[in-house]
Amino acid sequence: MKINEIKELLCAEILCGEELLGCEVNYAFGSDLMSDVLAYVKGQTVLLTGLTNTQVIRTAEMAELNAVIFVRGKRPDQDLVTLARENNIVLMMTRDTLYTASGKLYCKGLDGVQIEC
Amino acid sequence: MDLIQYSFNVEKDDFDRAGEASSNIKKILRQLGIDGAIIRRIAIATYEAEINIVIHSLGGKIDLEVDPKSIKVIAEDRGPGIANIELAMQEGYSTASDKVREMGFGAGMGLPNMKKCSDKFEVESVFGKGTTIKMVMYI
Repeated sequence: MKINEIKELLCAEILCGEELLGCEVNYAFGSDLMSDVLAYVKGQTVLLTGLTNTQVIRTAEMAELNAVIFVRGKRPDQDLVTLARENNIVLMMTRDTLYTASGKLYCKGLDGVQIEC
Repeated sequence: MDLIQYSFNVEKDDFDRAGEASSNIKKILRQLGIDGAIIRRIAIATYEAEINIVIHSLGGKIDLEVDPKSIKVIAEDRGPGIANIELAMQEGYSTASDKVREMGFGAGMGLPNMKKCSDKFEVESVFGKGTTIKMVMYI
């Protein structure tokens, strides 16, 4: 799914990375636990989270996530946006909850990350 | 390529800068032309180690050594050490504070994930003194 399609489905506001909206992602992962993101995420993935601290962007940088979507209308501060821009990570914000945003993307065919427990 | 060495200090409780050492290491490895999949594993393992130093110790450092065959990351801290390494290696076990959990960490996935990302993984800890984690990834 193209990141631009995600933006449209979630009526999201783009915070940075407009030039990367044409990129494709294969999976989505929803979590406020960055430890789990680091442990489970693979491939071209978009993260949905309600957490808005700098470590979200560091996690995205290390795990090479393409985009981060802040749910529940959470708006990060400018330092976080700057760090994401430096690392070519698309940031967007939606008023949807994590559950609703995930459901909208899943029913349009964006798969979840498969994990082994 | 000869042996390349770098060292980065990591301060305790500095959540704003946590991740900078790992970010720098990732950039160095990219400049050296290391394979992207290996860089990703090292970045994740190093970042987990860096976060652990920030949240659990009194401060420490992360050393990077790159030779033609392997990449070594050594994370060394001063602090309380790990009372029971076997327990700390279990997924889900954590002694992290509520503040750390609010930051999105402290899920008890750090050490197991570092091991998973490494070809060779060693953890040494002296209770009351500190912990050293050595991770090797073969190129």
